[in-house]
Amino acid sequence: MSLTQPIASDHQLARLLQIGIVLEEVVEARAGKHAGETDDAADAALAALLEEASAESAQHRRQLEELLATLDADTVPFEEIQMLVEAQYEADEDFDGVLYDQLCNEETAYKFYDDLIASIEASETSFSVDRDRLLETLRLIREEEAEGVEAVTELMEARL
Amino acid sequence: MNTQAQYLKAIYLTQQQADGPASTGNVADLLDVSPASANEMIGKLEERGLLDHEKYKGVDLTDEGIQQARDALQNYCIIERFLIEVLEVEEFRAEAKTLEGVIDETVAERLDTIIDREPQCPDCFNAEDDVCGLIDVEAEVSSD
Repeated sequence: MSLTQPIASDHQLARLLQIGIVLEEVVEARAGKHAGETDDAADAALAALLEEASAESAQHRRQLEELLATLDADTVPFEEIQMLVEAQYEADEDFDGVLYDQLCNEETAYKFYDDLIASIEASETSFSVDRDRLLETLRLIREEEAEGVEAVTELMEARL
Repeated sequence: MNTQAQYLKAIYLTQQQADGPASTGNVADLLDVSPASANEMIGKLEERGLLDHEKYKGVDLTDEGIQQARDALQNYCIIERFLIEVLEVEEFRAEAKTLEGVIDETVAERLDTIIDREPQCPDCFNAEDDVCGLIDVEAEVSSD
């Protein structure tokens, strides 16, 4: 399903960046929680992947927050999302379950940024944030999400 | 959600309200598009086997059309609940409409992991108020 609607205003862009921040916070919280539950000694590769994913999401969140600040909109505090993730979280101790969850995280984020970039490119709106900086940041994050999908897929394949 | 999904959702809700086939005029009104645009898209959806269109009678979704419409409605419910519960947006109906075309179902599924949604969704959707019938909107948006 592809994105067809261009972004029409600063307000809509800010809202979508907020959603991006929440998605990153969900990844940060879930991957962080899974990392905490993974035995480093027993499964070093999985623990490293989850820790890296959590840290990368925190970095993406900060990059999005910088863009959002230019649009004069508020971020969504990480602690708030962490609490919601905890409240709805269903523990899955099966390694495949953890990896599959991480794959969904990375694929969803990739799809989100891909759609967002397309809708900004299709828009003729003059945003308060510099368009080149906006697109450059989002493309960089999208690339890192693609690499994340690849890393999880490789680890999954290695376990077949 | 793409244009096709938005049309299917609108037809589904219009059929529910009419308790029968949906008139193309009502579908166009709900989507705020011209009757000509609505007719064009309805023709495409009929070619794809998602609905039956009988002149002067209206539009009837097929089983596949109903399934896709319900998925679209569920995504819409997730967006509305997310705006209310997480971002505490007062004008959530208007914003959900602008976002439904740019939030893909995979993204909606992830947002769904942090909201409260009842298992009977989307059957509890109140088409007239354009919101889930189980949400106490004023209490949800003002509480913090």
